Amino acid sequence: MIPLSWLIALSAVVFVIGVVGVLVRRNALVIFMSIELMLNAANLAFVAFASHMKSLDGQVFVFFVMTVAAAEVAIGLAIIVHLFRLRETVFVDEIHLLKG
Amino acid sequence: MHLPLLWIIPALPLAAVLMNLLIGDRLGKRGTTVLACGSVIAAFAFALRAVLHLAALPEAERHVEEFCWTWMRVGDFSADVSFLLDPLSAVMVLIVTGVGSLIHVYATGYMSHDPSFRRFFLYLNLFMFAMLTLVLADNYLLLFVGWEGVGLCSYLLIGFWYERPSAAEAGKKAFIVNRIGDFGFMLGAFMLIGYTGSLKFDLVFAAAPHAFTGAAITLATLLMFLGATGKSAQIPLFTWLPDAMEGPTPVSALIHAATMVTAGVYMLARSHILFELAPVSMEVVAVIGAATALMAATIGLAQNDIKRVLAYSTVSQLGYMFMACGVGAFGAGIFHVMTHAFFKALLFLGAGSVIHALSDEQDMRRMGGLAPKLPWTHATMAVATLAIAGVPFFSGFFSKDEILSSAWASGHYGIWAVGILGAALTAFYMTRLYVLTFRGSSRLSHEAEHHLHESPPSMIAPLVVLAVLSFAGGYVGMPFQEGGHAFERWLRPVMEAGDVVPVHHELSRGAEWALILVSVLVAFIGIGGAFQAYLASPGIATSLRERFSGLYRVLDHKYWVDEVYDRLVVQPFMAVSVWLWRVWDSLVIDGLVNGVGYTLELGSGMLKLAQTGFVGTYALWIALGVIALFLHFMR
Amino acid sequence: MVAALFFGFAALLVVTSLMVVLHKNPVTSALFLVLAFCSLAGIYLMLRAEFLGMVQIVVYAGAIMVLFLFVIMYLNLQHDVETGLQIAVRRGLGWFVGALLLLAGGALLKRGWALGPANDELPGAEQGNVASVGRVLYSRYLFPFEITSILLLVAMVGVIVIARGRTRHTAREGGAA
Repeated sequence: MIPLSWLIALSAVVFVIGVVGVLVRRNALVIFMSIELMLNAANLAFVAFASHMKSLDGQVFVFFVMTVAAAEVAIGLAIIVHLFRLRETVFVDEIHLLKG
Repeated sequence: MHLPLLWIIPALPLAAVLMNLLIGDRLGKRGTTVLACGSVIAAFAFALRAVLHLAALPEAERHVEEFCWTWMRVGDFSADVSFLLDPLSAVMVLIVTGVGSLIHVYATGYMSHDPSFRRFFLYLNLFMFAMLTLVLADNYLLLFVGWEGVGLCSYLLIGFWYERPSAAEAGKKAFIVNRIGDFGFMLGAFMLIGYTGSLKFDLVFAAAPHAFTGAAITLATLLMFLGATGKSAQIPLFTWLPDAMEGPTPVSALIHAATMVTAGVYMLARSHILFELAPVSMEVVAVIGAATALMAATIGLAQNDIKRVLAYSTVSQLGYMFMACGVGAFGAGIFHVMTHAFFKALLFLGAGSVIHALSDEQDMRRMGGLAPKLPWTHATMAVATLAIAGVPFFSGFFSKDEILSSAWASGHYGIWAVGILGAALTAFYMTRLYVLTFRGSSRLSHEAEHHLHESPPSMIAPLVVLAVLSFAGGYVGMPFQEGGHAFERWLRPVMEAGDVVPVHHELSRGAEWALILVSVLVAFIGIGGAFQAYLASPGIATSLRERFSGLYRVLDHKYWVDEVYDRLVVQPFMAVSVWLWRVWDSLVIDGLVNGVGYTLELGSGMLKLAQTGFVGTYALWIALGVIALFLHFMR
Repeated sequence: MVAALFFGFAALLVVTSLMVVLHKNPVTSALFLVLAFCSLAGIYLMLRAEFLGMVQIVVYAGAIMVLFLFVIMYLNLQHDVETGLQIAVRRGLGWFVGALLLLAGGALLKRGWALGPANDELPGAEQGNVASVGRVLYSRYLFPFEITSILLLVAMVGVIVIARGRTRHTAREGGAA
């Protein structure tokens, strides 16, 4: 029903929006949210292919992606909280101690 | 018990060197004496044993080789540590160990007050090891090891009293001038390898007549002769020997009279087959020998330092040896090596005795009338002077006469004339030395007079032995005997080996007697003239000096050879060295090395900019990388 | 009809994503992200991935975004300030790279895709999506499933360790942290 190319195009657009978010924003939390967007775009691609190849493997994979994303969000936010305690900021361009 | 035959001869002094190094400071003067002299005397005993063994063999088989180990094997070329004993090396090894032992004994007395007694004998034994390696080697490479070794030891011993700047300079000069000769020797050796594929004497001499073209053998022999001029102080590389008198007198006796300087003559005699294939080289050798003999004799006339006179006398006598080789009488050259070893060593040791007695006075103008005060020294020196002057029945007469008659017989009349003139001068200046030192009125300073004493027995005994040898040593070569020319016959197996048969020039009995008469006459003219000028009418010398003041100045300044060399060679060399230092070393090489460092710093400085520390920058680069990959895979 | 529905959801997704990236207030960004997840869930349902659609709402929108909001509130963040030349340059570069990526993606899409618009029933439709997904998950993907549980355990431990902070450490060990 829905052509595969439309779905893939949508996935690509959302992915690019996520990339732009990572590159453009300064706030670590917003960057993190953009990463979530990218993950979801990938999920969409998986589901689209699952639907069109009539296989459930794609959906299972999305399941795993979501699990990993959840774990990752937890740890990432813990790091951001810790970083905020140390540096009093969440803006990534104010954290450059490893400058060469 | 089967004792080793040959390798033990150089090994004994080497063992003494090692023991001296390791435990020498605990031996004390007595222990060092025993160790050093003992090793050389033992080496002499072994040498005697080896020569007797050789003499017992039939004449055609007098060729003993002893292989020790393989040194190098590269492709077709091989060189080994192995030794050779044949009549030629037998003569040399006996001279080296015999005269060497006498000088070692003498030196224990002469150097007894020196604080560096132990170091002296360390070097002296090392010298013996190197020299014995040189004469016993059976290939040019091992010979060269000994050659270089004696050069090193001569540097160490000339500059023995190194706190004296003149001594240090003299040591350096000796080594550097020798090095130039060594360069020639090496080039010659390379040519030998190139044309014959080996450096072993037997192989080279067997291959030589067929392997070389005419020009090549001339070049090779001339190069090797250059090495000999360096080691044996001939024109153009003789300037180091007079300066080498800075060393202790036993050193002068051993190295510069009896052994090291004769290495060049030995090498030439050993290589006689090669030289006989290159007549041009032979002529060059003869001419240079003659020129050096005459030139050095003239310089010796004007010297006032007793050791300098003897130094120039050595250079002159070496010229005679080369003259002999140059006209084809290699045996006569070696004969003169032997007799010269005896009387020149005696002269130097005697001079040392005089210097020792006069508390280190060396200027003959402050000597005189020492004959009654130093009886033994006087007697032995007199014998030596008669020998070197060529007075009949002394050893020098036989050997010098042999050389001169060979020159005449082979048609080299010009060489003969120069030789006769040189003989006259030799007789004259040696008698001058004798008269100024021992006869006439005393011109001593007061302290010297006060401390005057004859030398201890350790110094007198070797003098006596050498005096006996200087008198009797010539009889082995006496012509006209039943089976005369015994020395020549002993050397014949060596001299006539190979396809090239040296030409024997036969003189009629009459011609031979005539020549002898001329040389005797000339000798007596020289002796008589000196006695007249320096004893009977002393004013003659001074008036002659004033009349020929220009000539005297030339002689006094030794023909300005050192100055010329300095201007032509040393200064340009130094200038080049300084330029190399300033430009190549400081600018180019340092610049390159520093430049590498600087470039690396620059590069890393630029690369460092990529590490901004901002996560955002890194994310940007990742994104760009992804795009690049995309584009790559889309092609 | 289906197309219209799809376009609706798609448009909503794109717009809300853009708002996530563009809005200055992080709380608003988070809320927009929730909306994006919901529209995505709708698309999943249209693609007959019912289980996933529900999980998306429950896990992503319900748990993860709640966590995000917790942290944003905890850190008491204000509006983002985005002034300054350096920041503007980086922003410009970012948009540029995004455009490049979009173009590259578009070029990729120009190629022919073999699979047609067929959208028939997925396998196991009679039992329902949940059951069939479960069947696949517990048979073929059992091992990754178990590993994932360990992963979650690790994540939990890690979070506690990281977020515990220094204060307790310093109090116990007197200074060195």
